[in-house]
Amino acid sequence: MHHSIRTYCKLPVLLLILFLLPHPSFAAVNNEQFTEGITILIKGNFKEKRLAIQQIATSDDSRAKVLLQALLAGNLYRVKKDNRLVYADIDGGKARIETVLTAEDLGLIKKRKLKKITINNSLRGYLKTSLARIDLRDPDSTIRLQAVSLLIVSLTPEDSILLSELLLTETDSKVREELATARDIATLRSKDRQTILTALGNLRGNLDPAVRNEVSTLLAQDNLDESLRKEALAVQRSIQSKVSFFGLVEKLFFGLSLGSVLVLAAIGLAITFGVIGVINMAHGELIMLGAYTTYVIQQLMPGYIGLALFLSIPAAFLVSGITGIIIERSVIRFLYGRPLETLLATFGISLILQQTVRSIFSPLNRSVATPAWMSGSIQINPILSLTTNRITILIFSLLVFAGLYLLLRKSSLGLQVRAVSQNRAMARAMGVQAAKVDALTFGLGSGIAGIAGVALAQLTNVGPNLGQAYIIDSFMVVVFGGVGNLWGTLIGGLTLGVANKFIEPWAGAVLAKIIILIFIILFIQKRPQGLFPQKGRAAE
Amino acid sequence: MILLKLLNKDRGSSFTLALLALVTIVVPACNLLLPESSLFHIQTYTMTLLGKYLCYALLAVAVDLVWGYMGILSLGHGAFFALGGYAMGMYLMRQIGNRGVYGNPVLPDFMVFLNWEQLPWFWHGFQWFWFAMLMVLLIPGLLALAFGWLAFRSRVTGVYLSIMTQALTYALLLAFFRNEMGFGGNNGLTDFKDILGFSLQSDTTRAMLFIASALALGFGYLSCLYISRSRLGRVCTAIRDQEDRTRFIGYRVENVKLWIFAFSAMLTGVAGALYVPQVGIINPNEFSPLGSIEIVIWVAVGGRATLYGAVAGALMVNYSKSYLTAAMPDAWLFALGALFVLVTLLLPHGVTGLLRRKDATT
Repeated sequence: MHHSIRTYCKLPVLLLILFLLPHPSFAAVNNEQFTEGITILIKGNFKEKRLAIQQIATSDDSRAKVLLQALLAGNLYRVKKDNRLVYADIDGGKARIETVLTAEDLGLIKKRKLKKITINNSLRGYLKTSLARIDLRDPDSTIRLQAVSLLIVSLTPEDSILLSELLLTETDSKVREELATARDIATLRSKDRQTILTALGNLRGNLDPAVRNEVSTLLAQDNLDESLRKEALAVQRSIQSKVSFFGLVEKLFFGLSLGSVLVLAAIGLAITFGVIGVINMAHGELIMLGAYTTYVIQQLMPGYIGLALFLSIPAAFLVSGITGIIIERSVIRFLYGRPLETLLATFGISLILQQTVRSIFSPLNRSVATPAWMSGSIQINPILSLTTNRITILIFSLLVFAGLYLLLRKSSLGLQVRAVSQNRAMARAMGVQAAKVDALTFGLGSGIAGIAGVALAQLTNVGPNLGQAYIIDSFMVVVFGGVGNLWGTLIGGLTLGVANKFIEPWAGAVLAKIIILIFIILFIQKRPQGLFPQKGRAAE
Repeated sequence: MILLKLLNKDRGSSFTLALLALVTIVVPACNLLLPESSLFHIQTYTMTLLGKYLCYALLAVAVDLVWGYMGILSLGHGAFFALGGYAMGMYLMRQIGNRGVYGNPVLPDFMVFLNWEQLPWFWHGFQWFWFAMLMVLLIPGLLALAFGWLAFRSRVTGVYLSIMTQALTYALLLAFFRNEMGFGGNNGLTDFKDILGFSLQSDTTRAMLFIASALALGFGYLSCLYISRSRLGRVCTAIRDQEDRTRFIGYRVENVKLWIFAFSAMLTGVAGALYVPQVGIINPNEFSPLGSIEIVIWVAVGGRATLYGAVAGALMVNYSKSYLTAAMPDAWLFALGALFVLVTLLLPHGVTGLLRRKDATT
């Protein structure tokens, strides 16, 4: 701050004169106003200081902003001896001071020779809005935008003139919008019925929270004109309907986001359970392995969070996929045709995997860092913002789904998988190596679980119990959507996610989950084959 | 007479029941009559632990009835166990009276803590022992009837049914964790003082609870044995082996399943009710899906479709659990996991199946 003053004073005098030339008389008057303000500031009590701040702020003097900022920061002092106003840079018992008026460096001085210009809380608020008024003319549009939103809570009717003036010259569309809102809010506080009416008309459907507040304060007035009340109510209704609409959009987004996570977690299961009829209770733990793979890779390359995340996807696919193939070859293949035993054996495997991870990584949760491009959110309007990581995961799960769908529909492996699942004996007779296809299918389903783990690691902490939380949900999605049907899994997952988020507001998160579970239990009674039942011979 | 007929040529059951009868008499006697210095004195702690195992054994018998004999792999029996336990817990809570921390004569401590003004409607009646015992049977029984009616009628079978039962217990787990449910939230019900006027801390009460558990196990065992030997039991086995064929012959498969399932749930509820006063606490963790699936592995280890196998499995697995979780806490889940895999792969008839095979060869 002090630095900037010094550079300013080093500017050639000529330039200074040129700068002031277009309106010389104006500058002179304002300079007077500025110095007068300073005089009051030095001597006055809090009430007079407020007046001084107002004088200084409206003086249009180039030194005003720095002065007010210093006052706000508590760097403004008066020299006890000659009552000069100075900026002080205090260091221990000494202070380096510089005059406010002439920006002259006075060197070091003992601290006790200075007296601080004190302010109170109400002045602090006033200072902030005064500074914002100055900032409204700042060349940087982001600073202007900040200034408007800062001002919007403390507008006075007089501001509407200033804001209208600014609107004429403003070029940035976002700032214009904010300025217009601010102007209309300022107008609402005036007394003139007609202008208020016009302002209200402009504010219809405006989503700025300040507008909502202002309209309800207006409505709370006792002696409000009838036509004004009617118009204000209409404005309130229009805002309310927009707010509830965007609330709905937001819920839908959260629901789809939750649904996409469910789809990711369930889609691997849809393959192992649906296509080869194996119930894999260790599926959740394969997701967990994927999440831990993400964590480990990130630990290995600390500086490259984004790259590590991209590498995690194939790595997690391989880790979980290979684990899956080992499980299939060592345990599951002996249990084909005995689903209940498969369930128990894979549950045992899930316990072993959990305890292994717990022994290696400790039972504590680990957090995985999010790359910069995935954190933050997209602000659609003042009340609706969508978090980037959830959008990314939504898109990612759709991509995974599409990839898997194409793989099963268009590749020769997919053809063999479908052949074996539909008629094992016939497929073998045609030369398909059924055992190999079983192992590969199981590996594929497990690998997808690993990829789901990468996505989950971006949303929650990574811990040994991560998988358990998703296993029942994933089964519900598969059963709900219809076993052996990828589309069913997609629709089922998204539906359950959205339903969950729509029930949550009035039932609470836990109860919502219970309601969904009960709903699925009842649904299965009605349609035991799920939303999209398999048709034909493969159904039995 | 019926007893003799039932046990005729069933060496496993005869042995198990004889051993149970012996234990029922010897353990309490050694605890109460012998002085502590005696070599044969059994500590109250040990007796309570054994009583807990007996409750588990009853639970295993109930699961074996539906899984071993009827082929329904229920992963939700933990829920019936916990519901029976909660019914007993509510009775015990009401018995505390004004001896709680807050000294409220009617409301249990956790309700005072939550600033509740009055007892929720579903807590009324639990001050009477007979009512609580009725609920121990009715609540699990009715839940099983409702669930079974929905599931069996629409022919949900196999793994689907297993997953559904798991979802059921999971839903209850979530529900009971909520404070607003009125069952003490995640702390559950605890701090019990006495049962039927007898202090839960005294050795005599403990011994009586042990005897009650043993008798319940004996009753449960015999009734399951009776069912399995009856015509109904044969239909059950037929359903297990060829459900469709049984249906086509003309049996009402869903009714058979429904009543056996409900009976099993009621037995489980009794096991839970006897378990709670002995361990002194009931909390929502009893609903956890892991707990339910563990019960199944007891049965699998012992040998399904043999009731004594279920009892043996429950005792063996739980003894190893008590031992391992104390000696090597990390190893328990490895051991349990390995047990699941090895038993399903190598011992489809369990440990008792191994013994039977030896019998047959010699």
